Amino acid sequence: MVDHPSPVPGRKAFAAALLAPDLPVPEGVVGRDGRPAGKRFAVYRNNVVVSLTESLKATYPAVTALLGEEYFSALARLYINAHPPQSPILSRYGAELSEFVATFAPLAAYPYLADVARFEWAWLQSYHAADAPVLAAADLAAVPPEALAGTILTAHPAASVLVSAFPVFDLVIANRFEPEASGSVDLSESQTVLFSRPDIDVMFRVIPAGTAALAAALLDGQALGNAAEQAFEADPAFDFSQGLSVLLAAGIFGGLDGRAA
Amino acid sequence: MTAAFPSRIDAALPQRAGVGLKGEHVPEILANRPDIGFFEIHAENYMEVGGAPHRHLETIRRDYPLSLHGVGLSIGGAGPLDRDHLTRLRKVADRYEPGLFSEHLAWSTHDTTYYNDLLPLPYTEATLAHVVSHINQVQDAMGRQMLLENPSTYVAFAESTLSETAFLREIVQRTGCGLLLDVNNVHVSATNHGWSAETYLSEFPLDQVQEIHLGGHAPDIDDDGLPLLIDAHDRAVDQEVWRLFALVANRVGPLPTLIEWDNDVPAWPVLLDEARSADRILSGAASRELRRAHG
Repeated sequence: MVDHPSPVPGRKAFAAALLAPDLPVPEGVVGRDGRPAGKRFAVYRNNVVVSLTESLKATYPAVTALLGEEYFSALARLYINAHPPQSPILSRYGAELSEFVATFAPLAAYPYLADVARFEWAWLQSYHAADAPVLAAADLAAVPPEALAGTILTAHPAASVLVSAFPVFDLVIANRFEPEASGSVDLSESQTVLFSRPDIDVMFRVIPAGTAALAAALLDGQALGNAAEQAFEADPAFDFSQGLSVLLAAGIFGGLDGRAA
Repeated sequence: MTAAFPSRIDAALPQRAGVGLKGEHVPEILANRPDIGFFEIHAENYMEVGGAPHRHLETIRRDYPLSLHGVGLSIGGAGPLDRDHLTRLRKVADRYEPGLFSEHLAWSTHDTTYYNDLLPLPYTEATLAHVVSHINQVQDAMGRQMLLENPSTYVAFAESTLSETAFLREIVQRTGCGLLLDVNNVHVSATNHGWSAETYLSEFPLDQVQEIHLGGHAPDIDDDGLPLLIDAHDRAVDQEVWRLFALVANRVGPLPTLIEWDNDVPAWPVLLDEARSADRILSGAASRELRRAHG
């Protein structure tokens, strides 16, 4: 590949200095009448970090509430440097925050924070997912009993399962959706959450182990028979028809065997 | 290409005030259908595939014209334009049939990193040729004319050899693009660089302007204690900006005019009041134009 001369030779230094406050103002960047541009260049540095921090706060309100605005902003600054956006679509910015939090040593005493971030990212994916019809229970009921075990249900684009060793649902409710509600969260509990969006509102609920295993296997594209086996493995007392009806009511399937609902 | 929904109204923007569409105001807009000239959307907020934002915008588009304002194309970027992003922009435009499409004389991406700010570029023959080729590419990909917006800037470049107005004039001549005149940006940049806003406007190719932006700015000072205005879009339009707007409107006649209020977004009636103030100035300019036409 031929390396063309840049039409703006100073651009690389300008870009690098934006995220590095210890670097000097780039050469040739000046204030009024050619004076030094220290505070003026700082406006751009500030715009970049503050606007991206605001974007992360908007995506992660529960994480922000748990850490406090000040701590979250400091964390965001480190995150922005480690993972600057790679796209102008800001709704896609922040995908790596849960991993960043999980490996951030000063927060090691709060292992549930990463799952709270995973919850909020999963919620956002569901919120923006493609609009699609939902498989009706009647469509599944029309499948002949002998064909049921081999039937594959297609995943609805807005559906997902989040398995957590922590009470992630309760934590997000208390810190995002119902911050005024009183009551404490029992941190010894573990919760698996099902996300769906049959229309435009994201729905999420806690599901028990058997239902969670069934949902995970079905969303993974496995046939009903296989998925049921995994559900019974997870919970020998699993009530299959009840578990499946919960999933159908949530609207996590788009169709049958690849056919549109 | 036909839109995915029938709109009751024409795509063209009226010569009235409009406002930026904010999520906070959507319930009010859907419930009461306020009398407003148009809504402006940031293209990058409508690049996901589905969900509530699209559903709401489709409903709003049935009753209002839209202007499509890109903030992430990085037309002043040193590298090539992002073709995927251009394709996404075209998709948003095809879906919502905006009356106008605009982007900025600025850059926001370098290599693969997106900085989420409208960053400044030196005005030289080399950057001019580069921006011209980018705008030609954008207009080809979009299949329509684009409007280029004058920036708010806080720094200058020692290497610049052209004034901003000469730079813009040259771009218009070479690309056939139109202009979006942000009057707040004129005031902000003029103050920050010690120019005269009136002189800037007298040198600006006003006959190419198809839309106007008005917004609020935050006052600060630079290292030398000189005034430094920040284009914050976080408050009402400043008196001086209203004065410059009236001057422009009386010179060029009424044009679609946007109130930008993107941070510390106010309650709907406050924003509507700002739009009404702009409408009064536009009506004054319209009757002036009428009197002129009738001698």
